[in-house]
Amino acid sequence: MADASAAVAHDDHHYTATGLNSWKVGFWTFIGSECLFFGTLISTYMVYKGESLVGPFSGDVFDIPLTTISTFVLLMSSLAMVLALDGVQRGNKKLALTWLAAVIVLGATFLGFQVYEFNHFYHEGLSLSTNLLGSSFYVLTGFHGAHVTIGVIWLTTLFIMSAMNKLPPEKALNVEIAGLYWHFVDIVWIVIFVLVYLIQ
Amino acid sequence: MSGHADAHGEGGHASVGFYWMIGGILAVLTALEVAAYYMELGAVEIPLLIGLSIAKFVLVVMFFMHLKFDSRIFTGVFMAGMVLAVFMVGALILLYHVIPGLVV
Repeated sequence: MADASAAVAHDDHHYTATGLNSWKVGFWTFIGSECLFFGTLISTYMVYKGESLVGPFSGDVFDIPLTTISTFVLLMSSLAMVLALDGVQRGNKKLALTWLAAVIVLGATFLGFQVYEFNHFYHEGLSLSTNLLGSSFYVLTGFHGAHVTIGVIWLTTLFIMSAMNKLPPEKALNVEIAGLYWHFVDIVWIVIFVLVYLIQ
Repeated sequence: MSGHADAHGEGGHASVGFYWMIGGILAVLTALEVAAYYMELGAVEIPLLIGLSIAKFVLVVMFFMHLKFDSRIFTGVFMAGMVLAVFMVGALILLYHVIPGLVV
């Protein structure tokens, strides 16, 4: 009995009948549902692609070099995320803090690019209600940006926890799950970059 | 954690150097995508862009999200949503752009 209590105190993660951690099973299920969520938004964009009757059109406003840089920034944030997880798992606080800070800065930089892009498009005459491109583009990339924002807030809380010594290797699962979310946001952008920006 | 995770068929990951290599490959694939866009390769362009995008997607999911090392149940759960989403996008593109006459 005492051993069982000690085991529970030692490991507060729950395991399912499959032997898998319930938090991870739940989060992968959530990610599966998010695939469908972004699938509907991407479908809407693709269905309306090239159907706008009035401008500006995608070729008039899209800035591929700028979006390429923001894409590269988000990709590198995924690399930083996996290195942050490695730091937490090794119990190396300095590495964990460095790479978590890198992910936060890169994520915030990506958001800065998106704010700049939205502002630029708006001044070029493309608003949410201008045409089908505006409606479908802002909804799709706006929801993606909202996900990135949530990720940045989530990772900032993990950074603070790590700085306060509340993120030992035993709690690496917290970072792993945040990492799964972050990488998912990255793979959604990989799809958006090609379908929305490069294939016009 | 790793001991418990290993016992439950989870966990396991690559080395730091390997992650850097994957990051480098992702950067190169992105550069190739943009190069393909500017080179205007005609009929080859769209399949090439989609192929490069799929390669980047798979690399991130397998190695950064650790599906390569984790339980296959996670892969199944993820793929269930992913496959449905791909079919939905594909079906709607087919309906509206390839055979638009079917939609009234």
